[in-house]
Amino acid sequence: MKPSPSVNWIAGLLLAAGLLGSVGAVRQQDQVRSAATLQEVLYVTSPKTLKRMSLGYTGLVADLYWTRAVQYFGSNHHVDARRYDLLAPLLDLTTQMDPKLLVAYEFGASFLAPAPPAGAGMPDKAVELVERGIEANPNEWRLYHSLGFIHYMDRKDYAAAADAFARGSRVPNAHPWLRLLAARMAQNAGNSETARMMWAATYDTSQDKMVKANAAAHLRALQVEGDVDGLEKIVAVFQERNHRLPAGFHELTQQNLLLGTPLDPLGQPYILSREGRVEVRNPDRYSFLTRGLPAGYESQIKPKLDME
Amino acid sequence: MNRIVSIALNTFREAVRDRVLYNLVAFAMLMAGAAILVGQISIDIERLVVINLGLTAVALFGVVIAIFIGIGLVSKEIERRTLYTVLSRPVRRWEFIAGKFVGLAGTLVVNTFFMALAVFGALLYVSRGFKATDSSILVALYFIVLEFFIITALSLLFSSFSSPLLSALFTFALFVVGSFGEDLRGFAALSTGATRWLATAAAYAVPNFSALNIVSSVAHGEPVAGHLILWNTIYAVVYTLMALSGAILIFEHRNLK
Repeated sequence: MKPSPSVNWIAGLLLAAGLLGSVGAVRQQDQVRSAATLQEVLYVTSPKTLKRMSLGYTGLVADLYWTRAVQYFGSNHHVDARRYDLLAPLLDLTTQMDPKLLVAYEFGASFLAPAPPAGAGMPDKAVELVERGIEANPNEWRLYHSLGFIHYMDRKDYAAAADAFARGSRVPNAHPWLRLLAARMAQNAGNSETARMMWAATYDTSQDKMVKANAAAHLRALQVEGDVDGLEKIVAVFQERNHRLPAGFHELTQQNLLLGTPLDPLGQPYILSREGRVEVRNPDRYSFLTRGLPAGYESQIKPKLDME
Repeated sequence: MNRIVSIALNTFREAVRDRVLYNLVAFAMLMAGAAILVGQISIDIERLVVINLGLTAVALFGVVIAIFIGIGLVSKEIERRTLYTVLSRPVRRWEFIAGKFVGLAGTLVVNTFFMALAVFGALLYVSRGFKATDSSILVALYFIVLEFFIITALSLLFSSFSSPLLSALFTFALFVVGSFGEDLRGFAALSTGATRWLATAAAYAVPNFSALNIVSSVAHGEPVAGHLILWNTIYAVVYTLMALSGAILIFEHRNLK
């Protein structure tokens, strides 16, 4: 028997209407349930249980949990969250499922360690995570670098940082930076030159574009801070000689205190304010800057992830 | 031999007619989706996901096909009464079982071959080339095929005396238990007295799929020991022969009237 055209039409319309209706209903459901309800649930918390449930396909499960950790951190970071309760358990599950997933230790620690809003503000958890990574992958020098970085940047424990770099430098094929950092940490841990070395090492050793860009931004900020320090000292010399502040950099050049108008790392001339402060021309193009900002300036740039 | 080949070819054709190979379309879409999407929603694991997801999907798709086609190989023939036609010809019962096994195993090998092409295609897309260590993926695929042989033989064994539903249940249960082969032996080693003997016997009786699963390690480019390839091959051949022999023994004595 041939199907009736009217049945075809009605069934087709109902099919399309049902599809549209279900999409609309799901969107309404999402609005009724808050984002937190959808996000803040970890159905399986035991790595052992998860391992058994995975039937041996732990690699794929680890990838899924790592993706979930990235999404969880990203969505919370996006709204400047102060709490990241699920981050550590998600990273724990990820690395227990695949202890060789280096990216989860390296990036995971950089999500955990920095203070909010840049990170979760859990440097001790980050240290635990990376130490576990080192235990599972003792010959991966990058993990020692991450560990030293957290001790230095987030825990300000310079002795522990020196120890981590020294341990890493003994690993076969370790990057030469680790030996230098270990020595530097032991001598002049707290000064800006050490910080510059840290970021230069990160820039040189990382293969990730995002990490490199972040390290470059930190290096630019450190350079500006160094430049501002030096230039303001020259302004002080001018003031002492002339009992007044200079009207601009040209006066410093005329008195052979400078060779010309100084340029910032982005090639823009620095500005000398009436109050004798040295400032960058485009502060919005810099992240992580603590000096050289115009008075009362408030950054329009969202604090970036202080990713190593 | 010719009779086994004829039954095998017929089984293969029947599987193709049953649209078994349609799963390849779903698989190809899965791989393409993963290759394109993962880079956007995760960090630095594109290659890992393609290998982990690809090989896991190859294994699970194949296991499902092996179980659901395998359990029907004998029962369907009885239900349709085509078995009597086959056995009324000069075909022995063991040849029928062997032919059915070879036919389904062949279907799974062909299926795996095309899935492997999709995995390597996705890998080429995300990595813009291959690494020397990617050859380990071929070994992982080989182990997956060995796993299919065992499961096909087991589903034939169960379907030679049980209903399709129960056969599927038994085979799937053995697949799950066999995935914990190492845990089972660990548990046996921890127990004492009669429990130890019983647990050890059970641990060795169930198929040891855990040794055949090297997906995670090949995803990290770790080499596979030659001895593991040898022993896994020997184990799979021995276990498959054992299960097939059981199926043949039961089928030989089964009253088909």
